[in-house]
This record gives sequence, structure tokens and C-alpha cells, in this order.
Amino acid sequence: MEPFIIGLLAATLRVATPLILGTLGELFSERAGILNLGIEGTLFVGAFAGFAGAALTGSLWLGLLAAILFGMISGLLMALLTVRLGVNQHVSGLGLTLFWTGFSLFAFRLVFGESKVPPSIETFQTVSPFGNLPWLGPISSQHILTYFALALIPLTWWILYRTRFGLNIRAVGENPEAADAAGLNVYAIRTQALLIGGALMGMAGAFLSLAQLGAFTYGIVAGRGWVCIALIIFANWEASRVLWGALLFGGVASLQLRLQTLGLKLPYELLLSLPYIVTILALTLAGRNVSAPASLLKAYRRE
Amino acid sequence: MPVIQMQGIVKRFASLTANNHINFDLEQGEIHALLGENGAGKTTLMRILYGLYHADEGQILVNNHPVTIRSPHDAIQNGIGMVTQHFTLVPTLTVAENLTLGQAGSFILNPLEIQRQVEKDSQRLGIPVKPAALVRHLSVGEQQRVEVLKALSRNARVLILDEPTAVLVPQEVEILFDALQRLRQEGLSVIFISHKLPEVMTICDRITVLRDGALVGTVAKSATTATELARMMVGRENFGVARQSERQPAGPLLQVEALQAQGSKGLPALRGVGFMVEAGEILGIAGVSGNGQTELGRVLAGMLRPSGGHIRVDDKNLTGAGPAELAQAGVGCILEDRHASLVDDMTVAENLVLDQLDGFSRGGMLNRARILENARKWIAEYQIKASPNDPIRQLSGGNMQKVILARNLSRTPKVVIAAQPTRGLDVGATDYVRSKLLEQRARGAAVLLISEDLDEIMALADRIAVIYEGSLMGILPAQAATVETLGLMMTGKTLESIRPTPEADHA
Ligand SMILES: Nc1ncnc2c1ncn2[C@@H]1O[C@H](COP(=O)(O)OP(=O)(O)OP(=O)(O)O)[C@@H](O)[C@H]1O
Ligand SMILES: [Mg+2]
Repeated sequence: MEPFIIGLLAATLRVATPLILGTLGELFSERAGILNLGIEGTLFVGAFAGFAGAALTGSLWLGLLAAILFGMISGLLMALLTVRLGVNQHVSGLGLTLFWTGFSLFAFRLVFGESKVPPSIETFQTVSPFGNLPWLGPISSQHILTYFALALIPLTWWILYRTRFGLNIRAVGENPEAADAAGLNVYAIRTQALLIGGALMGMAGAFLSLAQLGAFTYGIVAGRGWVCIALIIFANWEASRVLWGALLFGGVASLQLRLQTLGLKLPYELLLSLPYIVTILALTLAGRNVSAPASLLKAYRRE
Repeated sequence: MPVIQMQGIVKRFASLTANNHINFDLEQGEIHALLGENGAGKTTLMRILYGLYHADEGQILVNNHPVTIRSPHDAIQNGIGMVTQHFTLVPTLTVAENLTLGQAGSFILNPLEIQRQVEKDSQRLGIPVKPAALVRHLSVGEQQRVEVLKALSRNARVLILDEPTAVLVPQEVEILFDALQRLRQEGLSVIFISHKLPEVMTICDRITVLRDGALVGTVAKSATTATELARMMVGRENFGVARQSERQPAGPLLQVEALQAQGSKGLPALRGVGFMVEAGEILGIAGVSGNGQTELGRVLAGMLRPSGGHIRVDDKNLTGAGPAELAQAGVGCILEDRHASLVDDMTVAENLVLDQLDGFSRGGMLNRARILENARKWIAEYQIKASPNDPIRQLSGGNMQKVILARNLSRTPKVVIAAQPTRGLDVGATDYVRSKLLEQRARGAAVLLISEDLDEIMALADRIAVIYEGSLMGILPAQAATVETLGLMMTGKTLESIRPTPEADHA
């Protein structure tokens, strides 16, 4: 039993990492008033760019950098469409997701050709701050990015609530007219928020290919972007609650993996869908008192 | 010396010219009123000065130097601050956060420190605010003080106030006027937009009047009268509509008994309100804002479920009925919140038939031709300044209200509920709405007029009730009502406690 629980907890943190990064990225966008449905595609291009960067340069860190760069390009495209041109946010986001999916698959084939054995790389090493201590040791043996993601939660709170930049983001997301009348540049602030959000999404994608899988496959993201969108609602647009949502999803996802290997007499498709079902359940329970930013989905135009 | 000169300002919205070669100047240390009917172009002119709109022609001089104002940021740089007609505060932020928004300062925000700074500014300028409170928890008057402080704490030397008193209770107006007088002594120049002539005559030094987007003229207060100003605004002398005849009692149409309801914060807002309105009379409900008027209007419109009591229309029990059922039973409602009665993004024609689509469709298909025809008819009859296909959003407040009146009164309702029907309207539109209400009374409808404007109540109502903290303090015939009595009742004295035995007067 003990190794089972230890393994489960460690896996939960691992699975939660890209969700935390992605959801915090989405949080920056949405608090500024932009629903970024390009997240699924941005995770995908992040996973691809990370893998390709690492495979071509031989450096995982350069791969990560490439993923962040592509994430920011994605954020910039979203800003161009929704902030500058005022295009509908749903359409722009879904369009971006389609675009990045196609782009990544095409570029992957271009760079790596078609081979029977998919190319792979060494993943990031884990770090174990607590060495061989019982329980704590194996559970805390995680990737640096996992620790970064965990630290990012309070940091995001701090940026949003304790810096002028965060105040500006919250203001343009709630009432852009007021922000404009106060002399702020609504377009610039929304663009900056999308850039930060894109960078975090790219990083989330890179975690999948560089830390978890060591490869790039068609199903690598598997709807995690959409889960992030749900987690935002679950978290009621508060950074602190992102952690619980991500851990819940991560926990159920790791549990179902383990249940599969136990050889339960359940169809594995059912187990696979378990985390998503739990997400929907959690949403219906937690989603009641939601307080979305008042100007989410609204383009801002001055006459 | 003029601090602001606006010369030859032209602003067009599509085919409409909102400002047509307007010249306007503001002297150092004066309070300058901008008057005009709804849609005259006052807000447009001021939004140009504050950089929210760009003028198509004309130039602006600040301290005799031509400037380009492309955004509020530029305006603030030029020492111009504005409190807009609809407040521009972020409701989810604290007062201090709202005030620091857009100001230069350290990257890291220390909530306590910005609150201290706000406290300091607040004391220096003599405008009390609560720095740590969330803006959405503030009353309208408090929000307005935050707006004024926001403008002044950025060292505005020119303050634009767009209808600052439309939403304030008398005490709050007084506080505002005191502050303005004092700030003027210190060299502030103020542009003051209002529809209320007595106010303008009290506080302003000079007055500029606009009509239909054009400048009518600028006069000194000492050289004019309220009557003359009204004539300049609407082009005619006599205004003011009042009830002429006494009522002919004709049996109750609307009966309300022991009505109770919860307010938005879950607290009881109505604590057993009872009254009846007869056919052919207007019952006025007076009171200081926030004493349950909003909830009363919403309950009677079927938008808020009462938690106790009864509502009967023409002896039919309609307690807890929804809007459609009430409309069916012959109740017409003019709601307090105009935007809740209209769909801003839909056209005038569509809004005019929203609640009676069955009559304008066949087999689920709308009959566009009949909808347009219907719209043309009511636009002509109610003199609405708009065309059938204009979105409601572009209409001025007065014209929006006319659309609501047309839609509700066209069905000749037995009972008319009018909540704050003239709030924010100019004299012309106000007169129009009031005359329509009197028309309903004359044709035998029971009219309930909920209004915070005491003059309005005294001019129109046959009987007057005063509401205080969700209870009626008494109901008295209009002839017996004096401002003093009503004023006492508005502060929570019951009618009996003021006049223990009304019969004793006659004895
Ligand atoms: N953004 C806009 N788009 C189209 N038309 C507009 C716009 N803003 C104002 N208008 C029109 O310009 C005219 C002048 O409007 P403005 O708001 O300046 O009037 P106002 O004098 O402030 O009236 P009120 O007393 O009702 O506030 C109106 O006919 C209005 O419908
Ligand atoms: Mg206006």
C-alpha cells in the first residue's frame, strides 16, 4: 500500500504541473478580459517547439526557451486578433488552436521526416531536495519545472494583487472604459497579459515533451488546454485555487492509470474518461458562485 | 483669462451631427454650466475635451496654447479631469486602487501605503472617502466623491462634471456644492452639466446652452433667469406640467396588502407595505432613495418575488405573478432601470414589439413589414427622435424613455407603474412623460408614481404616500401635503405622530 500511495502522490504532482502552468497562463489572459481558447494549440506548439529545439540543439533548456518563444508568438497573434482588430474571442482562439495543431504536425514531419520509430530525447532529470527520507524523499523527487509551477502560484497572486502591473490587468479585465479614462493604455496592457499567458502555456507544453514523455506525439496534449479552461472556472479566477483544481485532476488522472495496471475488470475507456468526468462534476459543484472578470469576451473600442 | 477655449468643434456620428461648430470657453476660477435637452450634444462636447472622442473639426486651447488631446491621458496631462455621466470606476477594486490606477508610482503596490496616500489627498481636498472599501459596496454619492477625488488628486485645474446631481439625494448635492464652492476659491475651474435649472442658478457663474448640436449662446447668471434659460434650451417659455382636476373616485384597481420583499443584500427591503390605487388617480410614493422604492417597483413589475403579502389587480390575485402574466392582466410598467426594459443592441422597431411578438409573427416567422409599420406609427405619435432601424443604444435617455412609454401605454393598461420615470431627462422630455402619465389618469387608469423628485410627486399625484425603510409612513391627499410634512415623513416620522388627530384641526 505504501509504495502505491507514494507513487500516486508523486504522479499527481507531475500530472498537475502542466495544468498549473497552463491555467496560470490562461488566468493572466482572462483577468485582462481575453478568453484565450488558443491554449490547446499553444500547449501543442509548446510541446513541439520544446522537443524540436531540444533535439536540434541537444539542449533541453534551449528547447524550453523555444517553447516559451512560440508561446509568446501565439499570445501576440491572439492580441493582434482580439485586442487590435477586435475579432470575436471564441473564433480567434479556436482558429489559433487549429492553426498551431496543423503547424506543429507539419513542421514535425518537415524536421524529423517519417520514420517507423518516433524520435525521442532524454528528459529533464528530477531533483530530490529531501534525498532518501521516507515518504518525503520519493514524493519530492520532481522536475525543476514542477517546483517552478508551484512557486508561480503565490507569485501570480502577488503580481495580480501587489503590483501596479497586476492592478492594471485587473482593471482592464473588469472595466476597460474606466481604465482608459484613468489614462491607461488598454491595448498595451491586454497585449502584455497575453504575452505572459502565452509564455506560460508554451512552458506547459514543453513540460509534456521534455519532462514527461521525451517525445512528441499527436496525442501529447490530449485536451489538457480545455481542462485548463475548466480549471479557471473551478478556481473562480483566483490563483490560489488553481492549485486545488490541478491537484484534483492530476490525482484522478494518476489514480486511473494505476487502476488500469491493477487489472480491474473495468473497460479502460471508462477509466480514461474518469478525470474529465470528475472535472465536470467539480465544475458543477464549484461553478455556482463564479465571478468572471466583467469584461471577459468584450473587445474594447474607443469611439 | 480663459483656461480652456474650444473653437469651431464639429463631431459627426454617421449622419448625425452631435456638435456643429461649437465655441466654448472657460474662465479661470468659474463654475460654468452646460445646458441643453437630451441629445443636445453636451456629453459629446465634453468627451472631446477629455479625449474620449476625437473632434472632426475645430481646435482646443489650454491656457491660450493649442493642444492635441488624443486620449484621457493627454487630457490629464493638460490638467483636465472628468467625472463622466456613467461612472468609470472598477467596481471590484478598492477606492484606493481605483484612485491609484493610471498614476505613476512604484511597481510594487502596498495596499496600506496607497490607502494612506488617498487618506491624505482626501483630507487635503476636503472630500471624504473610505480608502479600503470596495467600490461596488459604495452608494452612488460615495462613488461620485471617489470620481471627483480621482480627478482632483491628479492636479486637475479644470473639472468636468457630467450630470453629477442626477443620482444624488439633496443632502449629497449640498455636500458636493460646498466642495465645489471651496475648490473654486482655490482656483479650480468647473464645467457643470445639469438639467436642473434651480441648481444651475444656485451654483454657476456663466451658462452655455446647446440645442440640437448647435450653440445657442453663453450668458452670465446675473443677466438671466431660469425661464429664459428654459426658453433657450427648448425654444418655448412655459414648461412644467401639473395635475389640473380633482380625481373622481371610481373604485380600486390596484390593491397591495402587507407586501414584503427582500433586497439585493438579503435584508428585508419592504416590511408590510399596503395601499390601493383607484381608477383615474395617481398615487405618488415619495421618499429618499434606497428606502425600498426599487424593490417595490420590481415586485409590482413581476421581477422580484414578494416574500409576503398580496397584490390584486381589478380584484384578481396576482401575488407572485411574472411580467408576462401581469402584462396580460393589464399592468404596464415603466421600470426604474431603462436598460432593463430595452435591449440596447436591438433596433427601436424590435424593442417596440418585444413583449407582443405573437401579434407580429405567423408560424414563428416575424412579420418585418408590420413591425416597421408599427414602429413608424409610434415614433410619430410619441415624437421619438430616431428611425425604426436605429439601435436603442444610440438613443438619448429621453428618447429611450419614450420608446418604453410607447410600448407600455399602447396597450392601454388598467394599471400603470412608473418608477423614477423622469430621472436624467431634460425639461422637455420630463414634461412629455408627465403629461403622458396625466393622460393615463384621465382615461381612467390607476397610476402608481414612484419618484424621488418631490416636486414631481406634488405636481402630479392625487394622494401621496411616503416610504421609509420599507414601510409607509402614511398616505395623505395632495391638498393636505406640505413640503414640511412630507420632509418629516421622509425622515421616518409617521403621519399620526406629526398630526395626532387630523380631525382635531377642524374641531
Ligand atoms: N457613440 C455614439 N454613436 C452614435 N451616436 C451618438 C454617440 N454618442 C452620442 N451620440 C448621439 O449624439 C447626440 C448627442 O448626444 P450627447 O450624449 O452628447 O447628448 P447630451 O446632451 O449629453 O444628452 P443627455 O442630456 O441625454 O445626456 C445624440 O443624438 C446621441 O444619440
Ligand atoms: Mg449627456
